[in-house]
Amino acid sequence: MHVAKNGDLINYSSNINIKQGLDLQGGSHLVYTVDMSGVAEKERSDALASLQKVIENRVNAFGVSEPVIYTAKNGGEYRLTVELAGVKDTQAAMDLIGKTAKLDFRELDAAGTNFQKTDLTGSDLTKASVAFDQSTNAPYVAIEFNAAGATLFDTLTARNVGKPLGIYLDDQLISYPNVSQEITGGKAQITGKYTYTEARNLAIQLDAGRLPMPINIAEQRTVEATLGQDSIHKSIVAAIIGILIVSLFMIFYYRVLGVFSTIGLGLYLLFTIALFKLFGITLTMGGVAGLILSIGMSMETDVLVFERIREEMRNGRTFAYASSLGFTRAWTSIRDSNAVSLIICGLLIWAGGTVRGFAIVLALGIVVGLVTTFLGTRALINLIARRKFAEDTRLFNVAKEKEVSK
Amino acid sequence: MKLISMRKWWYILSLVIIIPGTLSLAVWRLKPSIDFTGGTQIEFSGTQDQAKLDTIAKTDKLENYTITKANGSLIFRTKTVDLVKQNKLKADVESQISGAKQTRVDTVGPSISKELTRNSILMTVAACLVIIAYIAIMFRKIPKPANSWEFGTAAIIALLHDALVVLGVFSLLGHFFNVEVDPLFITAILTIIGFSVHDTIVIFDRIRENLVRGSYPDFETTVTVSVYEMLPRTINTSFLVWVILLVLYFFGGESTKYFVLALLIGILSGTYSSILNASPLLVSWEEFKAKRKKH
Repeated sequence: MHVAKNGDLINYSSNINIKQGLDLQGGSHLVYTVDMSGVAEKERSDALASLQKVIENRVNAFGVSEPVIYTAKNGGEYRLTVELAGVKDTQAAMDLIGKTAKLDFRELDAAGTNFQKTDLTGSDLTKASVAFDQSTNAPYVAIEFNAAGATLFDTLTARNVGKPLGIYLDDQLISYPNVSQEITGGKAQITGKYTYTEARNLAIQLDAGRLPMPINIAEQRTVEATLGQDSIHKSIVAAIIGILIVSLFMIFYYRVLGVFSTIGLGLYLLFTIALFKLFGITLTMGGVAGLILSIGMSMETDVLVFERIREEMRNGRTFAYASSLGFTRAWTSIRDSNAVSLIICGLLIWAGGTVRGFAIVLALGIVVGLVTTFLGTRALINLIARRKFAEDTRLFNVAKEKEVSK
Repeated sequence: MKLISMRKWWYILSLVIIIPGTLSLAVWRLKPSIDFTGGTQIEFSGTQDQAKLDTIAKTDKLENYTITKANGSLIFRTKTVDLVKQNKLKADVESQISGAKQTRVDTVGPSISKELTRNSILMTVAACLVIIAYIAIMFRKIPKPANSWEFGTAAIIALLHDALVVLGVFSLLGHFFNVEVDPLFITAILTIIGFSVHDTIVIFDRIRENLVRGSYPDFETTVTVSVYEMLPRTINTSFLVWVILLVLYFFGGESTKYFVLALLIGILSGTYSSILNASPLLVSWEEFKAKRKKH
């Protein structure tokens, strides 16, 4: 017999947890505009990636778990957004992030224990990129200096043959390659047992220190946590109450069909949560609203089909026939109404911003709702459609001999 | 069977509901949040002393600011101020008003707020255009005397009705209770538009079906029967969404309260307008066309 250990249980539940957005956890939301005037046009998108890497390093140093950092280009403006969950002190975060990256090269002091500053800095660097060794194919970082930098580098390497050179970004040691010989001409290779990713990361960091990219704060806000740990429980309870009321209503009104629809709703929730995990969707308050709304919309699909089935039964059709007619005849109105909703979701997703999460979740919910109704609920109905007991119209709350009013 | 023949009364009721809100919109407009205006907003909790904060702000040489009360705290809002002035104000307020504490600072730059405002307007206009086009195309095979543009236009009138009701209510809320309109509100308006069209399309779809079948003597009867046939589903679905929203309103987070309120009002209005405005409008339109032919 296999007994699950406590640890297994904990892992299991942590796997179900969905990533929470900043508005659920609370924290700081900072948007910077990047001044690219000092960077050549064709270098800008690479430069933005370098900047993101540098900011990531700074934020990690700040000790924030899972910071969200992304960049975007809006019109001619380059933007960098930083979301720090749980950080209420926006000021401290801004002080840390807002600096322009500083790269410099250092040599060992006389005692050989500490690195000390030299005159060679990031502004002397003209290029940093990943290249591959001709014979071994091993990746390395190729760097180039301008004329002044080349002279400085020449003297620096001449004095330090056989010793390491420290490369510092924002006063943090990022690499300390050994100098194998004096290097003239301002071109050097930083080799090591790098993987491609490691080499690329180093090149990106060097690039960030090379390019002058001052950043300016464009938006700063402290986001209040809308769901504390306590109210997460409350919201779950609320969701369960809502779903219960809806299910009871459906069962009361549509009887057996209502039971099927409740099962369908259960499937719908499972699928949606699974998709959240699969796509790594971060749940925001807008997303919660979208999810709840999409439950309503998916129930609407059921209601449309069920009403149609009942109508066909009232017109004297058997349940088996009425149920297949119900799905085909309700389809045009379901298609048209959901198409309009999906188009609006598409517009919201395209527009981006804070409403994006809401629209993504709603669109996902609409699609999943259609699938569960037309595959899940339909399969359940087909299961009983040809059974003898399904001829009893009371099972579906259809009054016999009721004339359609004309 | 009176729902449609009583249509004049429904039109009057709609006007009665819409006019106060529309007047409020015209006079007081909406209170846009900092997201749309740009600027800096500082919250001081633990004080309600508006006059004192005003004096401090004046001595700190701050200009063009507003101070509003909001549950237990004061909101100080101005165009973007630099950090030095911001910190001075914080220090002065916290030292001069006992119990006062700066709890949050939000700043939104002009490029971001302009872009958001532009996007919101674009989105709403685009949504309306897409809806008219979609209905006109999907209903193009509708039998005479109706034509698909009439259906599209009736759906848009119902939709504008719902948007106006919600905008009007929020204009009044903004004037009397300082309720602000934020990006979530734009989402709510778009969702309401979607829902309203949803409801309208379902009824129109049935009218189309009954027109194709041709089993009723005239257009008004066809519309009336269709509305009655769809009544249980329209009311049931709106009821279900309402239940869920009500639960969200009472148990959900504070920050989405007004979002949910907008949806509650909008969906109620959407159900009303698709049954009692959009469909009767089709009948009125046909009546109008018939009268013109006679003369």
